[in-house]
Amino acid sequence: MSEIPGDLKFNKSHEWARVEDGGLVRVGISDHAQGQLGDLVYVELPEIGASVTAGNAAAVVESVKAASDIYSPVSGEVVEVNETLNDKPETINEDAWGEGWIYVVRMSDRAELDQLLDAGAYEELVENEDH
Amino acid sequence: MTEKTVLNATHRALGARMVDFGGWDMPINYGSQIEEHHAVRRDAGMFDVSHMTVIDLHGARTKDFLRHLLANSVEKLKAHGKALYSCMLNEQGGVIDDLIVYFLGDEFYRLVVNAATRAKDLAWIEKQAAAFGVQVKERPEFAMVAVQGPNARAKVLGLLHEVDRARIEKLGKFAAAAAQGPHGMPLFVARTGYTGEDGFEILVPAEHAVALWEALAAAGVAPAGLGARDTLRLEAGMNLYGQDMDETVSPWEANLGWTIALDEGRDFIGRAALEQQKAAGVKRVMVGLVLDEKGVLRHGQKVLTAGGEGEILSGSFAPTLEKAVAFARIPAGEPGAVRVDIRGRELPVRLVKYPFVRDGKPCEGI
Repeated sequence: MSEIPGDLKFNKSHEWARVEDGGLVRVGISDHAQGQLGDLVYVELPEIGASVTAGNAAAVVESVKAASDIYSPVSGEVVEVNETLNDKPETINEDAWGEGWIYVVRMSDRAELDQLLDAGAYEELVENEDH
Repeated sequence: MTEKTVLNATHRALGARMVDFGGWDMPINYGSQIEEHHAVRRDAGMFDVSHMTVIDLHGARTKDFLRHLLANSVEKLKAHGKALYSCMLNEQGGVIDDLIVYFLGDEFYRLVVNAATRAKDLAWIEKQAAAFGVQVKERPEFAMVAVQGPNARAKVLGLLHEVDRARIEKLGKFAAAAAQGPHGMPLFVARTGYTGEDGFEILVPAEHAVALWEALAAAGVAPAGLGARDTLRLEAGMNLYGQDMDETVSPWEANLGWTIALDEGRDFIGRAALEQQKAAGVKRVMVGLVLDEKGVLRHGQKVLTAGGEGEILSGSFAPTLEKAVAFARIPAGEPGAVRVDIRGRELPVRLVKYPFVRDGKPCEGI
């Protein structure tokens, strides 16, 4: 598995959040999660302008094997979605930490970030899951 | 406890993702499931199917016994080595299991049944066999490797002893024969499969299975997991026991009418119920669905038709078609415009005749 970027925060359910300028948060799923799901074939993106709530389903990724909800790490308004995934859902398999991002949210409550795992804690979670 | 095939360590060494499948620890994929699927459609892939149960039947009345046990007729098996696909039914006409039966001698037949149904199948077969004095012998000492794809037969033939090659090359579809593999290992080679491609399913004594697997890998056969096996068999229009039919479903309702032989004077288990159902009119039918929009059809999704609700049985993204296909069981009669409920959204689907894919290519109308 590729190294976990140190600047990311995580849900226990394997979504990552990257805090960007202007209170924006980019959301994706971890490399571990894409490996578990296997080849992705369809991504149901949220709509721009939709409001999402931390811990609630905001998108769906479907692999050959199964459909999985993507739980938003933070609450707020969706301001951008990764349209590339409509035609190339496998981008998530290829680059989960980068090009495979799913949506960007303008967060409404910065304090929610404190509820997320840092990279070290997430790495530990994944290691424990594997054994 | 989870059972392991003799190839378990080989799968793990290849980095396979392992899952529990009917009580067996099996590889679902080694790398990309879609690439494994394409390897079988375009070249050659191999599956460890050693979890499947091999049962040998011996005795003077074995043929009579199988005429009673199976919904298809072993009378169709004229030459030694020929194989037949059949359902084994209960008295109500429900499917206990689907299986392949091989005719190996006048007093010797071999069954290959599913892994998840092993215990109930053995109990049922033994119970029915008693009256015919047939000996029922499980053969757990066999491993089984399915080698499938347009180049599968050529790659296997290259590994056989010279004296066997021409004979095995001529082996017809749904027929089996003994042959010597690498280092003289004894193989039972059957030209059968569960992918819609040509190929062989090979029974090999467990102690030789790893050597056979490695020889196949060296010959360029790609390991493929149960994930690819599932999408391949769905595209090929083949039922999966437990998902597409079970003891509450008759072959009429599972599109398996072609496997029922209502030959004169043969009193097989479930026949009376099947004839009754047919006379009364079968209430549910199994159909093929294609979703042209984005999304994936999955087991359990609700199917909406003019005649009422149905349900998706097997459903998946089909890698050869790059869209989702499924089997569904719906009320008989004119279905009208059919829709599937995916997470609360009703998406239109097309009703099609399947198989969806045969010999590497999409079928007409898919």
